[in-house]
Amino acid sequence: MRTYILKRLLLIVPTLLGVAVIVFLIMRVIPGDVALMILGGDDGGQIDPQQVAAVRRQLGLDQPLIVQFGTWLWGVVRFDFGDSLWTGQPIVHELAIRLPLSLQLALMATFVSVLIAIPLGTLAAVRQDTWVDYVVRIGSIGGLAIPSFWIGILCILFLVIFFGWGPPLEFTPPWVDPWVNLQMMVWPVVTVGYRYAAVTTRMTRSTVLEVLREDYIRTAWAKGLRERAVVVRHALKNSMLPVITLIGTEFAFLIGGLVVTETVFTLNGIGRFVVEAVAHRDYPVVQALVFLIAFSFVMVNLLVDLTYAWFDPRIRYR
Amino acid sequence: MATTDYALTHAPVSPMLAPRLTVAGEIAKFARTKPVGAVGGGIILAMLAVAAAAGTLAPYDPYGADYSLQFARPSVEHWFGTDEFGRDIMSRIMHGARIALFVGFFASFLGCTIGGLLGVTSAYLGGKVDLLLERVMDMLLAFPQLILALAIASILGPAVHNVVIAIAIPIIPRAARVVRSTALSVKENVYVEAVNALGARRTRVVLRHIVPNVVAPYIIMLTAQLGGAILAEAALSYLGLGAAEPTPSWGLMLSGSALSYAEKAPWIPIFPGIAISLGVFGFNLFGDSLRDALDPKLRGR
Repeated sequence: MRTYILKRLLLIVPTLLGVAVIVFLIMRVIPGDVALMILGGDDGGQIDPQQVAAVRRQLGLDQPLIVQFGTWLWGVVRFDFGDSLWTGQPIVHELAIRLPLSLQLALMATFVSVLIAIPLGTLAAVRQDTWVDYVVRIGSIGGLAIPSFWIGILCILFLVIFFGWGPPLEFTPPWVDPWVNLQMMVWPVVTVGYRYAAVTTRMTRSTVLEVLREDYIRTAWAKGLRERAVVVRHALKNSMLPVITLIGTEFAFLIGGLVVTETVFTLNGIGRFVVEAVAHRDYPVVQALVFLIAFSFVMVNLLVDLTYAWFDPRIRYR
Repeated sequence: MATTDYALTHAPVSPMLAPRLTVAGEIAKFARTKPVGAVGGGIILAMLAVAAAAGTLAPYDPYGADYSLQFARPSVEHWFGTDEFGRDIMSRIMHGARIALFVGFFASFLGCTIGGLLGVTSAYLGGKVDLLLERVMDMLLAFPQLILALAIASILGPAVHNVVIAIAIPIIPRAARVVRSTALSVKENVYVEAVNALGARRTRVVLRHIVPNVVAPYIIMLTAQLGGAILAEAALSYLGLGAAEPTPSWGLMLSGSALSYAEKAPWIPIFPGIAISLGVFGFNLFGDSLRDALDPKLRGR
């Protein structure tokens, strides 16, 4: 196990370095002059060349590419991403304000979805080809097809029409007023969580179906165990591994869900920060956020793989 | 010699062609054995028909603003109502099908084709090329799809063809991975060894013997990505990074002002959302069934 962890950790380093290079290059291949774009000069307006030079200096664009990359990477290592062009504040500071909301939304959505999806998926598998199964399957196919921002829009539409409610302008953290916080988070959690629950339900259903055909399940039935014991203790326990991996692959969609959901509900989280930074052409922020998101994605997948290896020792010998 | 060569090059190309059926017969068989897939196919065909005939089918001009008709409720004249500019929503949705299909198809085609070619090259050449390409693909896979598309779209600027590129790039590593793994196992087949022994050129081996055998995973990948690409286009347009006003893109029709008129005109954000969901639903159903039909081993992933 120790060598496996070590090997995985060592493999992370070149991947992250490559990620940093890609993020850096994407932001450098912008057609035209970044400084001009920031000042709005690409729209054809008159721009003072001195101002352009000042912005270029501020962004370090007058330095050679490799020096720029080195400076940026050194900053990233020390957790210093520079300042936002829009607010002038350090990016780390801006991040700290927005992270709790996104973290809460992501964790709540994951937790609630998994809590709903595992029993539903198991039920659908055990009652395969009955109306229960069909309802669950149709519901979960819907989760893959319906865009999450539209679910958010429908939630707001419903609340506005029937309760005259509009999205609140300010975020109340749970440690200030848990009840108000919960009221705010319910609909965003539904919006982010629907897809998550749908995918997890489908996965649970198909793995439980597979496991139910195994010999040891037949043995469990033959022993005269009750259905509950067979399904929960024997089948469900052994079908949880693929569901764990799902948490890793779905993390990408979770981030995508945060981006659109926070925009729909005007929540001031990381997702909306990305969209705003893009709209304001705040390239240092875009660069920092895209890197951090990729970084956390890599880390989540590493954790998932390690958990998987811990649960299933066979994996290490592959 | 000539006969051997003939037998080798005309070996059954892929399992799906094993029982010789005509194209029509093949489709009929698919519809019979996979009714759910046929429903998906039906939705896709309907969408294609609407997109193709949007010019004649749409009752109004999708760009034609008429302020006397602002916020008209759904009625006999305007089935889905009108928006804040008095534009007919149904006509805009019909024209929007063109954009959704255009972006969906070209993004997944570009992404899967480039990815597929890289996958085959990587698998066939092996060694250092394979290692290098694999590492680069790993790095691209470290980005969540929507975030990478967002970053690319933000630097390319809002335009329909830029959205195609932004959505296609994240698909490349995913397609490369799937096609590479199939190509690797195909490469180990005895017939490939035989053609190599016969002294066939490398390009011939790749094009005549490896490529036909990775067509099935390629098509599976292509259809699987289509629904996702349509969703991604809608999300990017919704976020203001896709098509720009007044283009009738479904995602754009849901963005910005649509929600601020929620009380006054709730139909504005309802119908485009139904269109997106139905379209993606059709492609997902069709893709799933096609995957089951072409490669039962890939089921569940």
